[in-house]
Amino acid sequence: MPKWTMVKAINNALDLKLAQDPNVLIFGEDVGKNGGVFRVTDGLQAKFGEERVFDTPLAESAIIGSAVGMATYGLRPVPEIQFAGFTYLAFHQIVAQAARLHFRSGGTIDMAMVIRAPFGGGVRTPELHADSVEALYMQAQGLKVVIPATPYDAKGLLIAAIEDPDPVLFLEHMKLYRSFRQEVPAEHYTVPIGKAAIAREGSDISVIAYGAMVQASVKAAEMVEQKLGASVEVLDLRTIAPLDEEAIVNSVSKTGRAIVVQEGPRAGGVAAEVIAVINEQALYSLYKPVLRVTSPDGPYPFTVMEDDILPSLDRIAAAIETTLEP
Amino acid sequence: MTFSLPTSITQILTPDGKLVGDPPELPPEQLLEFYRWMVLGRIFSNRMVALQRQGRMGTFAPLNGQEAASVGLAAPMQDGDWLVGGYREAISFFMRGIPMVTLMEQWGGYIPISYSPATKVMPIQVVLASQMPHAVGIAMAMQYKKERNAVVAVIGDGATSEGDFNEALNFAGTFKAPLVTVVQNNGWAISVPREKQTAAEYIAHRGPAFGMPGYVVDGNDVFAVYSAVEQCLERARNGEGPSIIEVITYRMGAHTTADDPTKYRPSDELAEWKPKDPITRYTSYLRTLGLLDDAKAADIEAEVRAELQIAVERYEAERPAQRVEKYFDLVYNDTPPQLARQRDELIRALNREQ
Repeated sequence: MPKWTMVKAINNALDLKLAQDPNVLIFGEDVGKNGGVFRVTDGLQAKFGEERVFDTPLAESAIIGSAVGMATYGLRPVPEIQFAGFTYLAFHQIVAQAARLHFRSGGTIDMAMVIRAPFGGGVRTPELHADSVEALYMQAQGLKVVIPATPYDAKGLLIAAIEDPDPVLFLEHMKLYRSFRQEVPAEHYTVPIGKAAIAREGSDISVIAYGAMVQASVKAAEMVEQKLGASVEVLDLRTIAPLDEEAIVNSVSKTGRAIVVQEGPRAGGVAAEVIAVINEQALYSLYKPVLRVTSPDGPYPFTVMEDDILPSLDRIAAAIETTLEP
Repeated sequence: MTFSLPTSITQILTPDGKLVGDPPELPPEQLLEFYRWMVLGRIFSNRMVALQRQGRMGTFAPLNGQEAASVGLAAPMQDGDWLVGGYREAISFFMRGIPMVTLMEQWGGYIPISYSPATKVMPIQVVLASQMPHAVGIAMAMQYKKERNAVVAVIGDGATSEGDFNEALNFAGTFKAPLVTVVQNNGWAISVPREKQTAAEYIAHRGPAFGMPGYVVDGNDVFAVYSAVEQCLERARNGEGPSIIEVITYRMGAHTTADDPTKYRPSDELAEWKPKDPITRYTSYLRTLGLLDDAKAADIEAEVRAELQIAVERYEAERPAQRVEKYFDLVYNDTPPQLARQRDELIRALNREQ
């Protein structure tokens, strides 16, 4: 089996879907000849032609809005927004149009579309390129939000997203694009949307994370295990909306302790929702309060400070240790 | 390609009902059909306002004064074409096959159930200009599928200030999308007059700026609107790209049932526009042709009122049928477990509260 980076795995998923389904179109800024600023769509225009893979004028709202029109007409558009921070310009078309047209049309119009956007910190991008936007989109009822943490999941989740009849915001963490390789089957497969996965099995505490924080949590878990001999479970949410509440409750019920790690700012974030779910459905399994390891409630900083504000291995490990105390 | 700026307003039928240009070649039945739609539109609009005043209808945007524009933009459309509008295009929606009861449901606050890709009409759009990129996307999809279809998008003068209008026209021009954009310039965006939206003389000047022709026509002249839209649709079908038509009309009523235009609009303005009423001039024209007389007009009005009455009765009879189950079913195609639990909780709570 080939060992691929996440970039290659996503590129392969797009390649397969373009070949399988003539209704799939890819468009956005620099996705054509340039193959995207991260080379995610590399070679696809050459292979499938300018009718299937094309550059658009630089207009995020019209990129998403035109995808809404194409989906209405039965196509399966896969628009790319160059950086998730630029989705602010298309916020209305995503939240009030793509996410709601199924509802508004009385269920007669499907918004089968996937909005792909890179996000995430730690790679020294200019301002507004690194924002973790996912919490904003958790409140876009009708939209699904998917964040893969591995190349295998990225390919399977993206294929599932393209085949899904509802709109999906597919957020790709820039730091994960080329950080490691994994065995990825070359053929078609799907990973179900709305299902979390156990990234690392354990019995003493659940570390709930997604995106780049899964890898960080696994490393922190290893550190704590070596130091304390505790058994640390890491749950990878994979889908942020709708959350896999069952997996969260099952893991916490088993371990009795939990922390949630997220890269985005604290208030009103994914971690807050995860903790609310635990509170409602698994409170009496807990020995200790559930802690959050997050960025502070400030704007994503300029590059020199970004490593300071992002959840570090030490901070994740410290939260695990605190929660493990009797 | 460079297009020249429109400099004057094209008119075929004057306010006195006289021809000053070549009318479209249409059979008498169709000319009468236009009349029937205009009359239906005005009666529908007045009835919706009355229903709202009686507490039987939600907020409604009256269309009085814009009947010719609505008929003229929908009439030249063909079977495969799509209509993408805002919220003041009831007549165009009806002409494209949306039942009256559907718009009553939507304005009444119920989930509309009669839109579908089969109707080729997008649901009412209330956020200004948001429909424009959708219209472009549909047109691009038609182009991708190599079909000879086109999209007619409708937008008001105020909404042309929105980013989405300009982004969409730029997309349409760049991709040569088969799109005809009709700007219903009715002079007012709630309380803000047209001259506060743009310093340009005509909104259609935006056309040449985006690489497409721009036309300005008398929006109270059904022939002028029809001819312009027909020509632009033909152009779109032939792969020659998009165009924009600004139709100059006047909103004779309020923005919606929630505002009072006497508070912000000069009183002599309505008096100035009354003689330009689109129905009055078309009536005079049909009478001159001998196609319409008092008896015929009375017949048409009676027929339209009966049709409307049936729709009102159906709307009111069906109202209790919508329940919360339907609401939850429409969020996603497959309802996720937490939403299903929220549905069950809400139904239990509602049952307890009854």
